[in-house]
Amino acid sequence: MADPVSSSPLDHRLRKVPALVLLAALVALPWGLQAAGHEFYLALATRILIFGLAATSLNLVLGFGGLVSFGHAAFVGAGAYTVAVLMQDGIASAWIAWPAAVGVSALLAAAIGAISLRTRGVYFIMITLAFAQMLYYVMTSLKAYGGEDGLSLVSKSFVAEAVDLGDERSFYLLTLAVCAFAFLFVQRLLNARFGHTLQGLRENETRMAAIGFPVFRYRLAAFVLAGALAGVAGVLLVNQSGFVSPSLLDWHQSGLLLMMVILGGVGHLYGGLAGAAIFLLLEELLSGYTTHWKFVLGLVLLAVVLLAPNGVMSFRRRK
Amino acid sequence: MNATILHVDGLVKRFGGLAATDGATLDVRAGEVHALIGPNGAGKTTLIHQIAGSLAPDAGRIVFDGADVTALPMAKRVHAGLARSYQITNVFGRLPVLDNLALAVQARSGGSLRFWRPARSERARYDEAAAVAERVGLAEKLGRLANELSHGEQRQLEVGLALATNPKLLLLDEPMAGMGPDETARLLALLQSLRGGLTLVLVEHDMDVVFQLADRISTLVSGRVIACGTPDEIRAHPDVRRAYLGDEIA
Amino acid sequence: MTGILVLEQSLNGLQFGLMLFLLAAGLTLVFGIMDMINLAHGSLYMVGAYLIAAASLASGSFWLGLVAGVAGTALFGVLLETTVLRRLYERDHLSQVLGTFAILLMCNEGVRWIWGSQPMTLNPPPALSGPVELLPGFSYPAFRLLVIATGLLVAAGLWALVTRTRLGMQVRAGASDREMALAMGVNVRRLFTAVFGLGAALCAVAGGMLGPLLAVQVGMGENILILAFVVIVIGGIGSVRGAFIGALLIGVIDTAARALLPPLLERLAGPAAASDVAPALASILIYVLMAAVLFWKPQGLFPAHG
Repeated sequence: MADPVSSSPLDHRLRKVPALVLLAALVALPWGLQAAGHEFYLALATRILIFGLAATSLNLVLGFGGLVSFGHAAFVGAGAYTVAVLMQDGIASAWIAWPAAVGVSALLAAAIGAISLRTRGVYFIMITLAFAQMLYYVMTSLKAYGGEDGLSLVSKSFVAEAVDLGDERSFYLLTLAVCAFAFLFVQRLLNARFGHTLQGLRENETRMAAIGFPVFRYRLAAFVLAGALAGVAGVLLVNQSGFVSPSLLDWHQSGLLLMMVILGGVGHLYGGLAGAAIFLLLEELLSGYTTHWKFVLGLVLLAVVLLAPNGVMSFRRRK
Repeated sequence: MNATILHVDGLVKRFGGLAATDGATLDVRAGEVHALIGPNGAGKTTLIHQIAGSLAPDAGRIVFDGADVTALPMAKRVHAGLARSYQITNVFGRLPVLDNLALAVQARSGGSLRFWRPARSERARYDEAAAVAERVGLAEKLGRLANELSHGEQRQLEVGLALATNPKLLLLDEPMAGMGPDETARLLALLQSLRGGLTLVLVEHDMDVVFQLADRISTLVSGRVIACGTPDEIRAHPDVRRAYLGDEIA
Repeated sequence: MTGILVLEQSLNGLQFGLMLFLLAAGLTLVFGIMDMINLAHGSLYMVGAYLIAAASLASGSFWLGLVAGVAGTALFGVLLETTVLRRLYERDHLSQVLGTFAILLMCNEGVRWIWGSQPMTLNPPPALSGPVELLPGFSYPAFRLLVIATGLLVAAGLWALVTRTRLGMQVRAGASDREMALAMGVNVRRLFTAVFGLGAALCAVAGGMLGPLLAVQVGMGENILILAFVVIVIGGIGSVRGAFIGALLIGVIDTAARALLPPLLERLAGPAAASDVAPALASILIYVLMAAVLFWKPQGLFPAHG
């Protein structure tokens, strides 16, 4: 009788105790910040969670799937725009708008993935970039949906009488709940058959086909799931900022998402979250010092690429 | 038992102006060990690619286990029972041996669109993988990363991956490639042990191995099979001797 | 649709296509020979435009500015290649994408640091700032004719370089089979640096030509970079000839679409559709074309490899 290898690279442990401690700390954060007099950082914390979700969804296809997708911002944007457009048409209920948004993102990912995943390597990068740009231009031209100026939300999505998303603390806690569930879902996914298959495809695609896996099917499924999760991030993002514009879709945004993943750790469970935290905190810190903080950010990214190709988290993992 | 399990009929594959496979026809009987030999450049690997499904032929047919698989994608052929191993080791280097084999076992049972239950919990799958490891002589190395194995052990894993898909026919592309005498003997013993239920088609340069192992041999020259028969028949065949200029088979 | 309009749009398309070629040529060579995705290529175009604008302003002469700017950009390109970019050649695509993206960010911010956020003006030479009458009743801006002439000249020069010189032979060898080129004793490092410097110079020329027509501003390289990528994907990575044909194709189609789709849609579906849908359609037409080409011919129309 054989036990599965205890330190198999295919399995990603949640590490229950640190995870629970982290979760508890995050739940307590609003009150902690209030006590320290730094309440306005709560919005930043919310942003970190949202981008952590978006980056984790990208990590699913990139770090675990091995696909360099340069159009991931399109799915975040799709989720955001769906909520905004529905609200413009009078539908403010989160129970309708949010699942619809996730559905739209998933459908978009299915369409883009069905075509893009027929290509490989460089061409895949190019074609995902092209599709994202297409969506950007389309949204810029559609005057009905705000065109270049984008759409504002008249109010936050309506969840329930008791929950006022306009209250920062409530919004933060809701975001935390959503992100925690999504994160747990991703963790279970990675350790399940699907996750093993996905990682196997990253490791050796030819061999996977040679042992009988239909490569395209699994890659597409991963792409759609990642798109759906990105849509969830988009939903939260538009509710936080109250606003969506085509710039959310442009390739710089996709680049920033990729940056977060590599900063935090490609192919590491906590990589997306860590990367979002590092990026946004760095942005917050640097923009206080200089208006040219993007230059420093670029420098940091370059340094990470040259020196720590697997991201910051890789320093922790034993070789 | 002597039914034809694999029938390759007039296969043609051109690369630019060159016909790597030029009307190749061969028959493999169920349960036998069938070797494919030929001088360098004869097109052996190209033929293997086409039978396995990683290369599409320009013309001809491939019939496996009664069904025409010519247009069937590689993954589907594996499910039908046609598996291959590679000449240049092509395993999951960064994964332990057990995981390598477990993936192959998993492929068989399909339904990998499972999102929740940890794969680790499916002990049956890992037990099967361990059984395959045992069969190919890697029972002691389950936890070792594939790229930490010795060359000979990697070749064993190479065969193991194909074996784990529970095939009816195993296509082995130069399984002995790059192996020293001890390793070759070990792998030879392994292949001998696979006889019986399984059909083996192997491409090999090592003539000692071929003559020890094969029930029948097909000789491929310039993309065409010029002779097929028992080892003795092939040894004595004038066309074969001419093709090899008499130096390999003496 | 008058013949004059067609002629004018054709010339515009030719002009845009030729400039696109200048960018695409450098990009496809870097890609084909060094197997590197370079997102900072558009930054070289931007830096080129800025240097030319600054030099023109300082010297009072467009031509002096052009020469100084091209030389400066080539130098900048060489510096970039020798210090940072050559470390990325052996790396995976993700690292290349992110590394060059980082450089793009730094270039954008660096340019903003030095020259500020306001667009810079680059004026065409006074002698060429007016229209020229090509046919009775048809006038075309003289400067745009210069752009076309420059583009054709550079294309011819590049063709001569690639087909007639030793460097060109090494470039072609490297594009189709790098290992073979190495085995033939090509000094790979110097070749790579030379190719990169050449690409940078081409970008600068395009920047100087398009600067007076479009705006010289931060981020100007990005839209055109994506178009250049579309060109080389369609034309085939590593193929200069493919880049030429692809660039002209894209240039003409893009220009034609922008000019023809609005009136066409207005006639078919009314003015609302024209103002809403036509610009979007024109913008995405090129990407649809690329997706279609990739679907049927994943290696592009004229692949350099094998």
